[in-house]
Amino acid sequence: MKKEEQEKIDRGKAFLRKFNKEDGDEPKEKKSFWQSIRIPALAILTGLLIGAILIVLTSPRVYEAFGQGFFRGIGTALNEVYVSYRALFTGAFGDLGKIIKAIQSGTPHQIRVAINPILESLVVSTPYIFTGLAVALGFRAGLFNIGVEGQLFIGTACATFVGYSIKGLPGFIHMPLALLAGMVGGALWGFIPGFLKAKTGGHEVINTIMMNYIAFRLTDWLLTGPMTRQGAGSMPVSPIIEKSAEIPQFFPSPIRFHLGFFIALGVAWFIWWLLFKTTWGLNLRTVGTNPRAAKYAGLSTDKTTMMGMSISGALAGLAGAVQTLAVNRSMAIGLSSGYGFDSIALALIGNNHPLGVVLSSLLFGSLRNGATRMMVVSRIPIDIVSVIQAIILMLVAAPGIIQAIYHLKDLKTGDNKVFLSGWGGKA
Amino acid sequence: MTPILELKGITKQFPGVLANDNIDLRLEQGEILALLGENGAGKSTLMNILYGLYQPDQGEIWINGQPVTIESPSDAIKAGIGMVHQHFMLIPVFTVTENVMLGDEVVKKAGVLDRQAAAARVEEISKTYGLAVDPNDYLRDLPVGVQQRVEIIKLLYREAEILIFDEPTAVLTPQEADELFLIMRSLAERGKSIIFITHKLREVLEIADRIMVIRHGKMVGETLPSEADKNSLAAMMVGRDVNLVVEKKYQEPGDIVLEVKDLTVVDKFQNVIVDNVSLDVRAGEILGIAGVQGNGQTELVEVVTGLRKMESGSVTLFGQNISNASPRKITELGSAHIPEDRQADGLVLPFPIAENLVLCTYYKEPFANGIVLRYDKIMENAVKLIEDFDIRTPGALTPVGSLSGGNQQKVIIARELSRPIQFLVASQPTRGLDVGSIEYIHNCIVQKRDEGCAVLLVSPELDEIMELSDRIAVMYRGEIIAVVPNRGITKEQIGLLMAGVLPQDEIPTDENIVIEATF
Repeated sequence: MKKEEQEKIDRGKAFLRKFNKEDGDEPKEKKSFWQSIRIPALAILTGLLIGAILIVLTSPRVYEAFGQGFFRGIGTALNEVYVSYRALFTGAFGDLGKIIKAIQSGTPHQIRVAINPILESLVVSTPYIFTGLAVALGFRAGLFNIGVEGQLFIGTACATFVGYSIKGLPGFIHMPLALLAGMVGGALWGFIPGFLKAKTGGHEVINTIMMNYIAFRLTDWLLTGPMTRQGAGSMPVSPIIEKSAEIPQFFPSPIRFHLGFFIALGVAWFIWWLLFKTTWGLNLRTVGTNPRAAKYAGLSTDKTTMMGMSISGALAGLAGAVQTLAVNRSMAIGLSSGYGFDSIALALIGNNHPLGVVLSSLLFGSLRNGATRMMVVSRIPIDIVSVIQAIILMLVAAPGIIQAIYHLKDLKTGDNKVFLSGWGGKA
Repeated sequence: MTPILELKGITKQFPGVLANDNIDLRLEQGEILALLGENGAGKSTLMNILYGLYQPDQGEIWINGQPVTIESPSDAIKAGIGMVHQHFMLIPVFTVTENVMLGDEVVKKAGVLDRQAAAARVEEISKTYGLAVDPNDYLRDLPVGVQQRVEIIKLLYREAEILIFDEPTAVLTPQEADELFLIMRSLAERGKSIIFITHKLREVLEIADRIMVIRHGKMVGETLPSEADKNSLAAMMVGRDVNLVVEKKYQEPGDIVLEVKDLTVVDKFQNVIVDNVSLDVRAGEILGIAGVQGNGQTELVEVVTGLRKMESGSVTLFGQNISNASPRKITELGSAHIPEDRQADGLVLPFPIAENLVLCTYYKEPFANGIVLRYDKIMENAVKLIEDFDIRTPGALTPVGSLSGGNQQKVIIARELSRPIQFLVASQPTRGLDVGSIEYIHNCIVQKRDEGCAVLLVSPELDEIMELSDRIAVMYRGEIIAVVPNRGITKEQIGLLMAGVLPQDEIPTDENIVIEATF
């Protein structure tokens, strides 16, 4: 009898502990945070090491120096790697010495120049955040949106058109209006394959790829036809957007840091909230993870598919709109450097989580920005720089490689595989 | 005589669990030893140690009176131990022979495969042990039962003397299971020794020569089938008396809750799957649908729950026409559905328990405020249901996929039965579960019925139907061929009906029993 009562009390206590969340969940989460940081950190380090070998192997100066003597060769090789990586880091994050000096001197102009590299990294990262979110949201809904690039083109075209064609509006109306136009354009381009999937079962991977081609050629035609700039000769560029449609840059040229970066962070937060804190997000994730259970629970997979593709497209459109209104100020052929495709990698590296996407975009943007300087300073061909970037991303994306190299215990990769269900896995 | 296999004091500790605690086991040659225990009792751990997948912390393995160390499955195979896994390790696009020889290929000169020699051996083995298999068939074309035979041939091909069967009947139909038992018997008669892992009591009593029961990692008892019955085995397995028969008092059924009229369902090839079915379920009664799987029960349930469109007919629930209505509408009328395939339909495995517990109601008060989810309420609900339904889990945020099958089913039961419902569809509610969980779930369903809920129960397990139902409808080839009250009728009579035999004269002419043949 007594034993039973004691048991009851114990169960009661356990209940209260669970209820008050005193189960010691906090330290566990922290641990898993460090565990999740460990792999990417080692991946970057390993990528840089492999990159160093590549730099040495491809530098004609190293071969020359080896011709003059072994130790001379080693010295030159080390120097070559040092110069390149120094350029990569100062290009991405600025030169710490210069920053300190500038702060000591106290002139705002010098400070701005000194911290420009890091600001520029944020500028480069911004479109990746939007497109990464677009892909991640698609994956969460079980959709593989390869059409982000095309949606970005259409979004750019719409935003540019609203940006230059409407005149005389105040900035606080015109700029948001142009952004909205970009979103609507992208959303429409995403909705079409979403609709086809929901109503006819046409696979979104095929349809979004085809929609990409339509978008590319459509914008080509727009830029040489209806949207071409008068007096630009035969150059396929659009007119420059109105001042009122510009997204403000914070500092005078050549510093391009602009409000769009904060818009990107805001949108990332909003998508996180939408996915994880609303009925709509639970609905979307359920359809994306187990469509049969979604149907059983009374959800409409068709509606969710169309909504998911539209919002994914809207985010892609927003990427192009922000880039145009804040940086390019007009639309030209070759406006995207493959944002839509790189973002697939970024979404997966970020585990399709908005915070993860922001972090992987920042990593990618910084690498890209630093690489530009590395190329200029160290005379390494741009191809090698791209190869190093690709190796780093591959290692970040494939934790198995890093685990194998460093003999780490495997991490629990619980919902890593969510994205699989959308393309032929289960659905 | 020295036993062919002896395990002495096997102990295996996992973080937080003592999976095997000083286990002794003895297997004689030519014997079928049943290893009985609930899910998670430590049976599989013990067998994985024997098969070299785990290393024991303590203890020894003796074969033919010699101590051996088994560090990998290939060591185990060399020692003559073979295992038929629950999930087959076969390659669908290979032939039977290719699958069998894989990893132990017969080669001619220059490494060319000698398929003919291998096929001849497969043929010979299949003849010797009565394992009817064509060596040239492709695996993908074979039914599950035959695939399992290929697994057995694989072991015999490697000259295994000790065969371990890990829950072999879980994937089989009752007929296939009977065939498997014949094969096991013939293997034992030819001198092979068998360890048969299961939690199904009926099978143990049917096939085993000797029974060992394992509970919480300890060997708790040994008995012979002649000395045991279902109740004593269940008690040993669970550690307390288990009520295999649910207590259920007669109660007068109330109004008609569900009415199905002239329902016909066709599949995408226009084959008739459900053929002109009419039935009704009343408040406070359980209507059990008996039938061999694949006779239209699944499709009938899908139509009633809104998951499938009907061809013709009508379904009425609480007086409202719900023909081809959406699942949500049907749920909102006050019905619940325990789906046949819990992992595919009933749960979102990577999601936490808390979210799975509100899968059908997340959009309503109190779990949502407009479109904003109220996670405090969702957590509160989860903590309460975990407590009420005794779901064994580390916490409410644990992904449901990491729970055991019984606990996964409890999550579904908790979600569906905690709502105020008047109609319950339970489709194979205890599939693959162990005795303790079955008892619990049966009690839950009967309790709902006692509270006045109408229950439509579908199960291929005749025992389950006989135990729970107030009335039994037998489904055969898409038709309901009989509806009988569950009083005085025997299992054999229902079994005949399930096979499509309508024994008008053989049914006892008891006044209580009415046969309503629908044709």
